Amino acid sequence: MSARTDINAGGGWLGLYVLGYLVFLYLPVLLIPLFSFNNSIQAAFPLQGFTLEWYRTLYGNPALSGALANSLVIGVIAASGATLCGITVSYMDLYGRSPLAATISAIARLPILIPGVIVGISLLILVNLIGLGPSRVSIVLGHILVALPTTVVVMRSRFAAIPKTIREAALDLGASDWTTFRRVMLPLSAPAVLSAFMLAFLISFDEFIVVFFLAGTEPTLPLYIWSQLRFPRSLPTVMALGTVILAVSFIIAASAEILRHRGLGVARRNPA
Amino acid sequence: MGSSMSSTIVAARPLPENRISPVFRFAMLLPGGLVTFFLILFALGLVVFLAFRGNDGSLLGAGLTAQNFITVATDPLYWTVTLRSLVIAGLVTLATVATAYPVAYYLAFHAGRRRNLLLFLVTLPFWTSYLLRVFAWKIVLAYNGVLNSAFIESGIWKEPTLAFLNTPAAVVVTLAHAYAPFAILPIYVALDTIPKSLLEAASDLGARPFTSFRRVVLPNSMPGVLAAALVVFVPTVGDYVTPAMVGGPASTMIGTLIQSQFGKANDWPFGAALSVCVMLVILCVVLVARGADRRFGSRT
Repeated sequence: MSARTDINAGGGWLGLYVLGYLVFLYLPVLLIPLFSFNNSIQAAFPLQGFTLEWYRTLYGNPALSGALANSLVIGVIAASGATLCGITVSYMDLYGRSPLAATISAIARLPILIPGVIVGISLLILVNLIGLGPSRVSIVLGHILVALPTTVVVMRSRFAAIPKTIREAALDLGASDWTTFRRVMLPLSAPAVLSAFMLAFLISFDEFIVVFFLAGTEPTLPLYIWSQLRFPRSLPTVMALGTVILAVSFIIAASAEILRHRGLGVARRNPA
Repeated sequence: MGSSMSSTIVAARPLPENRISPVFRFAMLLPGGLVTFFLILFALGLVVFLAFRGNDGSLLGAGLTAQNFITVATDPLYWTVTLRSLVIAGLVTLATVATAYPVAYYLAFHAGRRRNLLLFLVTLPFWTSYLLRVFAWKIVLAYNGVLNSAFIESGIWKEPTLAFLNTPAAVVVTLAHAYAPFAILPIYVALDTIPKSLLEAASDLGARPFTSFRRVVLPNSMPGVLAAALVVFVPTVGDYVTPAMVGGPASTMIGTLIQSQFGKANDWPFGAALSVCVMLVILCVVLVARGADRRFGSRT
């Protein structure tokens, strides 16, 4: 018990530091929404008054809505692919009992150790070789790859948290591998599946470094933003668009985080 | 306790795992196998292959040559840029890990009921657009931007300064901010898994709080610190977006050069050779981190 008190000494200062750290983390990003309502073309103080003008410019912009549609479609398909891979790779890694499954799981997490620019150019060479070229299909392939480490990690920790005895009971009672997987393990990890899907969607939706190499004539939202940054006049529009994207990201990430922890307590409280 | 008990029971009878059907195994390994072997290993193999080819304008180049690597090794430009990338990524890694450690420490030992909320708050920026986080710094540092206008408004300066934007320092600050959330989680996980009994033992044996931190907490959290350093170092050393946005010509990084070889410069084999060099550098860093991890003795 004495260790508890010793270690708690100085917690107040540390708390202040954490507060300062959070301010540093959020302040620059929160400037984007702040200036998106500012009635001036420049992001500078003093603020010039409130306006919704920049949000109005987002409507009726065909290039923007095209990019948005691309981002949504690519995000949903890439997230589905990455989630499917994350589920199967982590399940086989934990229960497959084969060196191949362990190898695949290790390689699936490898992209963390490769800078995005190299992932981008390696896929650019690949899609040109197989004749796809820079296109939306290529972007989907790239985003499955970029989101894969996340879906594997989320699904692996979820599968690992399910008591082993549950799966063994199903198998002992005569359920086939497929039935055990589909009727027992998958339902028990449903919140994590949804969470992995949402996080993978977010990764794809916000991804810029890899998509830069793989996009053909139809850009995604981050590429659209990048193309607009050259024009100082479109800065406020970019900030309005950025605010919308930030808000959507916050909501999806928060829901995914809540889902990831939901139901885990039940499995832990009643271990088999 | 529960796991050791169940494993003894399992060991006493035929293992259910042995019954996995080949069809099920194949179906379950197929999607991941395709992605990992084709999109990761084969694609990286293509990069290595291309690095040894000459540029004749075709997709896979021509001939078999080490000329690309000779150019990289002999042209001082590439040494300068590589060194700059390493210094910038090193500084960013140092800054993010050093500033993240106290936050992770607070989360592990002091946060109490607020822990889940704080964990959520520090991981949330991780899921927001990297491009927007970098863009935010552009509007902060610009000549007629937030920082300059705030200083003039408050009467500290009379003239706006160009000194913020287009400097390597701007790249370091921006990258450190963009990758800050990456560092906290690995350190927090390492700190959180230190058994509380270890700290109580140290304190019971008469260790002062600082001694107990230096001799018990810090060594035990080293695996997390090294993991954090790696996940920050790898993406920063190859970054090309931040130098382009806030760095200016004096902060060209190796990622910028690779990107231009596949763009304006249009010499894919040479860009592939640069990529191979970056991967070798990262491999060295990973090996050093592994060695350090072993030396500090991870608990597992």
